Amino acid sequence: MAWLDRTARGLFMTELVKGFALTFSYMFKPRVTLNYPYERSPLSPRFRGEHALRRYPNGEERCIACKLCEAVCPALAITIEAEPREDGSRRTTRYDIDMTKCIYCGLCQEACPVDAIVEGPNIEFATETREELFYNKEKLLANGDRWEPLLAANIAADAPYR
Amino acid sequence: MPKLTIDGIELEVAPGTSVLQACEQLGIEVPRFCYHEKLSVPANCRMCLVEMEKAPKPIASCAMPCGEGMVIKTDTDTVHKARKGVMEFLLINHPLDCPICDQGGECDLQDQAVGYGFDRGRYGEEKRAVKDKNLGPLIKTIMTRCIHCTRCIRFSDEIAGVSVMGATGRGEHMEIGTYVEAAVSSELSGNLVDVCPVGALTSKPYAFTARPWELRKTESVDVLDAVGSNIRIDTRGGEVLRILPRLNEAVNEEWISDKTRYAHDGLKRQRLDRPYIRENGKLRAASWEEALALTAAKLKGAAPEKIAAIAGDLADAESLLALKDLLGGMGVASLESRQDGSAIDAASRAGYIFNSTIAGIEQADQILLIGTNPRWEGALVNARIRKRYLQGGLTVTVLGPRVDLTFPIEHLGNDATLLNAIADGSHPYAETLKAAKKPLLILGSGALARPDGAAVWAAARAVAEACGLVREDWNGFNVLHRAASRVGALDLGFLPAKGGRDLAGILDGARKGEVEVVYLLGADEIDAQNFGRAFVIYQGHHGDRGAHRADVILPGAAYTEKNATYVNTEGRAQHTRQATFPVGEAREDWKIIRALSGALGKPLPYDTLQQLRKRLADANPVFAQVDRVTPAAWGAFGTAGAVAAAPFTLPVENFYMTDAISRASATMAECTEAFVSPAVAERTGTHG
Repeated sequence: MAWLDRTARGLFMTELVKGFALTFSYMFKPRVTLNYPYERSPLSPRFRGEHALRRYPNGEERCIACKLCEAVCPALAITIEAEPREDGSRRTTRYDIDMTKCIYCGLCQEACPVDAIVEGPNIEFATETREELFYNKEKLLANGDRWEPLLAANIAADAPYR
Repeated sequence: MPKLTIDGIELEVAPGTSVLQACEQLGIEVPRFCYHEKLSVPANCRMCLVEMEKAPKPIASCAMPCGEGMVIKTDTDTVHKARKGVMEFLLINHPLDCPICDQGGECDLQDQAVGYGFDRGRYGEEKRAVKDKNLGPLIKTIMTRCIHCTRCIRFSDEIAGVSVMGATGRGEHMEIGTYVEAAVSSELSGNLVDVCPVGALTSKPYAFTARPWELRKTESVDVLDAVGSNIRIDTRGGEVLRILPRLNEAVNEEWISDKTRYAHDGLKRQRLDRPYIRENGKLRAASWEEALALTAAKLKGAAPEKIAAIAGDLADAESLLALKDLLGGMGVASLESRQDGSAIDAASRAGYIFNSTIAGIEQADQILLIGTNPRWEGALVNARIRKRYLQGGLTVTVLGPRVDLTFPIEHLGNDATLLNAIADGSHPYAETLKAAKKPLLILGSGALARPDGAAVWAAARAVAEACGLVREDWNGFNVLHRAASRVGALDLGFLPAKGGRDLAGILDGARKGEVEVVYLLGADEIDAQNFGRAFVIYQGHHGDRGAHRADVILPGAAYTEKNATYVNTEGRAQHTRQATFPVGEAREDWKIIRALSGALGKPLPYDTLQQLRKRLADANPVFAQVDRVTPAAWGAFGTAGAVAAAPFTLPVENFYMTDAISRASATMAECTEAFVSPAVAERTGTHG
């Protein structure tokens, strides 16, 4: 009887009809794809994307060159050099992140005592050359200036859970 | 010998041992801030509390001497609670600014807060803030961080011997400061940074430069004076960032002088990084092949008696031996290592070393200083004398210029002929020396560099022999050198051979044209314009006096860049270890001489450091006895003659600048400006 069954299904093309029916049913369900880059999925405030160095509202950079991020970085992506600034405060003269080494673990922002280095919500920083991914202090501070409203909001959103 | 029980372990200790020391003998760690092995015990931090049976309260273990039958517990709830309480009180007024503090990572308070601290504070009131003090160009102060352990005060008072630090006010208002807001002018002031358990006193030149976990540590030996202090060189990425002392009870205990500690920034400036050749009066960069070929041609072209070599104060034993083998093999007799013109020679080893050893100073009860300022010529020798003075029963007598030595002195006068008077017993001081149990004399290197140096040397020997300084079990005749290379050079006989010229002879010969080629092995203390028309080969690491006059420059390595042997003033052979690589195309010194021997067609019989060290040990067995002092047999030295009545003069005018490295150092220049210049000339309102 099994062969009769198989032949009948083959003749009436039931599998084909079932398949088409399933495909057709999706015409009436809501879409899951997004029209990127015009549409985006929501990101958690804890999302760990591109790095940024923040400033205080008065424009003073937050980083105090304590080198804890450099010490904690498991990928050894961060390089810091420091010396006293003219006013005697402790500041970096060099703050480099090699984004090609970074594994986006977020330990640097965990280690930072002044919330200076943060991983922001930006994921769109692909570059044409490798060299452009070697971020220096200037680039990181510029990132911070650009993303500050969002970064501050993210940190505020996460604060109650710390 | 009291017997006590600590944590259930019974042990017997020497009388007078404190409970804390007894715990240490068992390997039990007791936290402490104010207690320091080399300083007196104030017991004011209260961190070392332990529980003692039959005592109503926890006791401060650092100040409690061990008693018979004591039962001590170091790991009970009471002890932990007490220590946590103390820690909380200490942290009340501590700013907790570890991220910007230079002590972070090597801070006693930070480490112990991990063990005894609480993760949040209960103190909501305002914290205390203290104005920072100006302690000069070497020490940075952030006095708010101070926990009042008073280690710095005790160090200044007891070790450095300058009462410049003290505490004013009481309780919360207590402040550490300098009595007169003056820079700490002691030559040992850098040790305050090491002594401070928190970040209140930190190193100014090193400020914010690096964290301790980034540094590579190399154990080495200092060569900026002849004491041979044991040091640790901290480097990062091929750059020397700081120098710290390393414990060696026999030499420097755990202190080093400021020059040793801070002159390392001179290693980055004025360096000779490639060979140079002088053409038409100007130096031009050259390749090693060119420079070695030219050097070899000049050495070959001159008759051996027209060649001379002068070794400098920083030359290591390996390169001295290699140069001696090379030039000696060519028949050159004019080898000189005494660039101060000293009359000392290798006649008897006991005549040129510090026979009683630096640690031996602690046994002396009568010290005669002849024409020397140990504070500036060997700062740690002076610290050792002060340590002995504090134990009581020591008289220090000075024959020479009157100087402030951090302890009281008796001044005999400044007339060299007094030596003869003491030797023949006509001076009353001879009786004092004879009556002493362990008398000791320290002859300064400057006294031997006088024109009548040989006679002074002989007169000092006569004093030693006549007054019983040299006995079976005690040799109180000591020479305090300034140059790290000097004893090594004398041990190797880097001296004029038969028919050779000494320093004066070489300079005279160069002026007259009788010496055509002069090989300077880092010799920078000679006025280089004295070489007349001679062809000057300079091998060294700094563009200092020697290099300015040189016709060809062979760039060598500084002491942090080579594995080398130095013999300190005691005759103790010690090894420096390579912490960084020589700059640019510079090479280790003995390798340069080895390469030159190849260019001359007379290759030296050693290709590796091991082979050279073996040759060194064959040349003089003291080089095989690393870190040990071999007692030298007493012998005859010096030339008996008339000692001129001229007063002794001190050879070191500026402690902070005595060699090519410290002259290139910006920090040492600041120290000179801060400590030496004001003493030399009062500033007026019109300078600069």
